[in-house]
Amino acid sequence: MKQSINKVSEWFLERFPLSDLWHDHMAHYYAPKNFNIWYFFGSLALFVLVNQFVTGIFLTMNYKPDAELAFDSVEYIMRDVDWGWLVRYMHSTGASAFFIVVYLHMFRGLIYGSFKQPRELIWIFGMLIFVCLMAEAFMGYLLPWGQMSYWGAQVIISLFSAIPVVGDELSLWVRGDYVVSDATLNRFFAFHVIAVPLALLILVFLHIVALHEVGSNNPDGIDIHENVNWQGKPLDGIPFHPYYTVKDIVGVGVFMFFFAVVIFYMPEMGGYFLEHANFIPADPLKTPEHIAPVWYFTPFYAILRAVPDKFAGVIAMGGAIAVLFALPWLDRGKVRSIRYRGGLFKKALLLFVISFIGLGYLGTQPATPMATTVARVLTAIYFGFFLLMPLYTRWEKTKPVPDRTTPESSLEERIPLLLALYDEIAPVEQTSRKFNPAGLKAVLIRFAKHLKESLD
Amino acid sequence: MKKLLSLLFLMLSFSVQASGGGFDLESPDIDLSDYPSLERGAKYYVTYCLGCHSAKHIRYKRIAQDLHLDEAEILKNVAPLGAGIYDQMHSAMNAHDAEKWFGTTPPDLSLIARSRGADWLYTYLKSFYAEPGKPTGVNNAVFKDVAMPNVFWQLQGTQIAVSKTVDGHEQVTGLKLERPGQLSPKEFDKLVNDLVNFMVYVGEPVQLERVTMGKYVIFFIIMFIAVAFLLKKEYWKDIH
Repeated sequence: MKQSINKVSEWFLERFPLSDLWHDHMAHYYAPKNFNIWYFFGSLALFVLVNQFVTGIFLTMNYKPDAELAFDSVEYIMRDVDWGWLVRYMHSTGASAFFIVVYLHMFRGLIYGSFKQPRELIWIFGMLIFVCLMAEAFMGYLLPWGQMSYWGAQVIISLFSAIPVVGDELSLWVRGDYVVSDATLNRFFAFHVIAVPLALLILVFLHIVALHEVGSNNPDGIDIHENVNWQGKPLDGIPFHPYYTVKDIVGVGVFMFFFAVVIFYMPEMGGYFLEHANFIPADPLKTPEHIAPVWYFTPFYAILRAVPDKFAGVIAMGGAIAVLFALPWLDRGKVRSIRYRGGLFKKALLLFVISFIGLGYLGTQPATPMATTVARVLTAIYFGFFLLMPLYTRWEKTKPVPDRTTPESSLEERIPLLLALYDEIAPVEQTSRKFNPAGLKAVLIRFAKHLKESLD
Repeated sequence: MKKLLSLLFLMLSFSVQASGGGFDLESPDIDLSDYPSLERGAKYYVTYCLGCHSAKHIRYKRIAQDLHLDEAEILKNVAPLGAGIYDQMHSAMNAHDAEKWFGTTPPDLSLIARSRGADWLYTYLKSFYAEPGKPTGVNNAVFKDVAMPNVFWQLQGTQIAVSKTVDGHEQVTGLKLERPGQLSPKEFDKLVNDLVNFMVYVGEPVQLERVTMGKYVIFFIIMFIAVAFLLKKEYWKDIH
């Protein structure tokens, strides 16, 4: 028996480089040993992608891409299909989780300079994944055929008509009809379940191939291949497998915890993951009072609304995404990691985070004159962050970068520190804990000082 | 981290469900484990709503299953005469007639609790008031100029509006019971509460099961995290 198994595997390995692949990408792929919490989101994105594929396949088995049947078939899945509700909630929560994970993954790249030389191409592939993901989410959102699905698609597709000369023809061509209709639903379904997932899969493959060619960045932004031992192995690197596979499993566990809390206790997430108006079947004759896209598109939607002219708004919204592609060439900073970058960049980044979250919030709200003014300021900050980057990154005063990675304190090592903080805010008096305002004040002042220092 | 926290706050801040247009919404007592209340609610739905509004995404069999009731009992006490146990809650009114009579087709109410929310439904059902000029003789404080008549008028009695002029517009700020109906206000509130409880259940029949299941899943995941964490620690003990 054993002999025949060996024979079969030998036969196989002579024809397929499985052990080479395993070596190159897992067991002998050296990753820096100082990855922190930010480095979980790459593997988590992959995990969510698999979740979307698997649950999506099961949904497709009972979903009907037909304007007459679509809404009811979703409710059929929710009620009559065994475990259909779970599969549907995993898919709908997975969509939002995907964006949370991907936004955090991109932010990691931003703070540790993972987009900088020599990883520009990884960033470009990543951005293409992001664009595909947006297309995937947008088209998937039409499929339940609720009021928000319908009117959201109506609003976004009509943006094409703002393009001069060819606009109207173009939006007609995209919709396949004069309004969003059965034809639109069918083509969106085709793109959502076949075309875009295929493109996503290829891009993810390219993203990882490009990453493994140049190696992973790390929180110190240094090149671990500059310090190698006598075998040529990086001193600050460890094999991806088993070290990061076992570590990422912990990350997957923690992610699943939050994922399960949402699925089982708040699948609508207060109307942010599943919008309330989407429980009303699509009605082409009744426009909802307030059309808002799902939360992950709201920053870009707010930019669109902030610009007074429709066509200019479309350009701005497209530009907000396009400018991200140019990031590796806009940043002229000499160091990668935020740990050693100058105060100017850190302050700009802080402003950018505020503007992005602010725009995200405003995108969910009705456009009042006040909100529009704030959205304009935030839009200016958003673009300012990128377009002024060649200037302010050139002037920034950087700190010296170490040769070797700095050790990260692990979660367990931080627990005593956190307990000490808790003791300070609520010290033990006799037997019970009592809130101590002076302690809280001291902690907050220290935190503020620390924040100010870290921004310099 | 900062961004993660802010994102969470952003999502939890507040829901964007339909509001009552200035009229304060009251909250019903929603308890999906109160099977007698749900059964009464189902009965009220069939009696007062099903004439015009279907709830086509729920079957009588499912109600029997979820409320631990006998199938024969459901057919006898709840379902309209002639309905089968596998039937969905269909209305007898046809859409064409409805359009002619009310000017609009009464919507299917399977998911109304998910789109409008329990508070809105509860307040809406209680907020009809007499307005002589209207075709139905009533208007609603929460849903102005609604085409629906007050189906509870015999039970609730007649309410009149207490209005105030705000910014030059007359606004209904409260309702007063003018002529009492067959039920006392307390009994009537209970009836509407049962009905809304049932509507919330119909909106997502699996929700009770979902919440019960959640704790086992989360317990398993916590155990999984513990094992995974210990495994990671074991592998990483030599890495400094």
